[in-house]
Amino acid sequence: MKTKQPIDAFARDLPREVRESVYVSSKAKYDKRLDSLNQSYTAPDSIRKLAGQIKQHTLENLPTYLGSAVEQLEKNGAKVHFAKDGQEANETILEIMRGVGATKLIKSKSMVSEEIHLNPFLEKHGCESIESDLGEFIVQLDNDMPSHIVTPIVHKNRKQIATTFQKAGIGEDYNDDPQTITRRARSFLRQKYIEAEVGLTGGNFVSAESGRIALVTNEGNARFSISANKTHIALIGIEKVVPSDKDMAVLLNLLARSATGQQLTVYTQFINGPKAAKQPDGPENMHVIFLDNERSNILGSEFKEILRCIRCGACLNVCPIYRQSSGHAYRAVYPGPVGAVLSPLLAGKKYPDYADLPKASSLCGACNEVCPVDIPLPELLLRHRNKAKQEGIKKASAGTPSMAGWSVLCSSPAMWKTSLRAGKAMDYISLNLIPVPAVQAWAKERTLPPFRGGKFRQWFKEHKRNKEA
Amino acid sequence: MKKEDFFKPIEDAVNLIDDAKRTPLPDWDLSTIRSSQMPSDTSPEGLWNAFKTRFDLVHGTCAEGASELLAALKSQSVKAGYVDPELKSKLRPWLQEAGIEIHTEIDASQIDTYQFGITQAAGIIAETGTIILSDKSTSSRLGALSPWLHIAVLPEQAPIYPTLYDAMLDLGDDPYIVFVTGPSKTADVEGILIEGVHGPGIQICCKL
Repeated sequence: MKTKQPIDAFARDLPREVRESVYVSSKAKYDKRLDSLNQSYTAPDSIRKLAGQIKQHTLENLPTYLGSAVEQLEKNGAKVHFAKDGQEANETILEIMRGVGATKLIKSKSMVSEEIHLNPFLEKHGCESIESDLGEFIVQLDNDMPSHIVTPIVHKNRKQIATTFQKAGIGEDYNDDPQTITRRARSFLRQKYIEAEVGLTGGNFVSAESGRIALVTNEGNARFSISANKTHIALIGIEKVVPSDKDMAVLLNLLARSATGQQLTVYTQFINGPKAAKQPDGPENMHVIFLDNERSNILGSEFKEILRCIRCGACLNVCPIYRQSSGHAYRAVYPGPVGAVLSPLLAGKKYPDYADLPKASSLCGACNEVCPVDIPLPELLLRHRNKAKQEGIKKASAGTPSMAGWSVLCSSPAMWKTSLRAGKAMDYISLNLIPVPAVQAWAKERTLPPFRGGKFRQWFKEHKRNKEA
Repeated sequence: MKKEDFFKPIEDAVNLIDDAKRTPLPDWDLSTIRSSQMPSDTSPEGLWNAFKTRFDLVHGTCAEGASELLAALKSQSVKAGYVDPELKSKLRPWLQEAGIEIHTEIDASQIDTYQFGITQAAGIIAETGTIILSDKSTSSRLGALSPWLHIAVLPEQAPIYPTLYDAMLDLGDDPYIVFVTGPSKTADVEGILIEGVHGPGIQICCKL
């Protein structure tokens, strides 16, 4: 079958083992999420809605809340920077590094740093930037891209990882035992934590009340990144702010359950300044960089709800399109339903390049149902489709059959009536006999249910007659 | 860039929103997010027992008293490790007798010589099975993080919070707090759970 949409072509050519591992892992995480929420709460839906309202309220009053977070952080001795886009953020990071004479940076997992392509930028300027999350580290060694927000190497198996380690000289020989792989990464990376002069992290939430940055990991890499060196840089998108520490409790209750089915991640850190005076380890300098990068534009648009996203990955795991195509099919940092909404917006002027992504959805609504902050993803995907249509973006309509025939049919009552009769005939004709390739391809995997339409007019006529009589 | 210039487009975006359509800050309390893991018995004993159950589920280990602490160290055949200076005098007799070397400072260049770390916790959370460590209560971030075996000693006066919510309302003024819920772990390789990635592979909470 001729596939016109890039995402379909990618899914078609996806190696079978990748599809299988993506599918199995997505399904497992989806099941765990459901179990964990149902075990804990009698009405998990009401908590999702609450979390959505908290984030929506914060976004609608962002200048106030962000302003307060900045004030609190500064009061506690952190230096706050503002970056309009990726370029400015990268330059600020480089400037901070040069200011402390640093050339080595250890980095914990951060989607925002992927968004601004920090690693290649630092390397270009003679700095070492090492990923410390196991998955991200493997992605970095392979010169690859993460394919999932939470589990970046879901598209790789142990053999590929062992080969990567062997090539990079991590460990003495080829060994694909997951425990050995992890131990080897442990011993390699702890040297990197200690050599690095600067630790860079993201931030999951920022409390406007206290300036506290909540930062979660299971491995402990974000914790190590701010224990063995003297400078901490936190790079955070402006949409991460919430009103208070109390509100973070709701979001923390949902984040790990939605992402991995855990009640709470292993390490949940709260940082609002350089280390305490009597503490021997940890940063004496703390820098926080708030990043806009199209977010203020999104906030003023019909897509603002997407800024509620807390990056749990639940919408990826449940999405039938993601499960079949894997994350790389979305050609951007954020895959899955959230990526289909967010990536075209983050692309700014290059919106048309990603305008096909909102078509990569069956609009089944599962993504909205699992979202911990109740983002109306299907609605946002439709708004994108509408926008692309209004703006006449060709990429958005590739592979879409023309609706011309349909519009003629439903604007003429007589033709409509005739076609309803013809519908009945479909019960006796095999779709394979219709010489349209798209119909044949569709019918190869599916059967039509018996036609039950066309009876209303008859019923209505009789009903009217009976009433009059 | 300048703060004013950075805030301008955010203010402009927010000003577009119709006042009548603004989402109010929802009014909620603990009852709104009540979970089935919340301990029903809130006496100190009940909370400790609830903590033990939850901590066990996340593969943490509870110990009570110096003899259990020592047994844990012996089971790992440790030779040397980090001990919080405040706990040194209390623990030294037992550790010396077992032939275990004590360090009260971490030399980062010798990070692998510390096979265990004993530090103090700021409190625990019963609902989630969580140990709370902080810059002010825990003597060394690295001592609690880098060794394979970490023992968090819970001081007698340290709070046991019934829920995560209670702990979140009482974060105080410490610039660095970490909730530790079990040993360090990953499932990055084929979804298989491996414990002890960058942090401790064995996480103990000990009431002395």
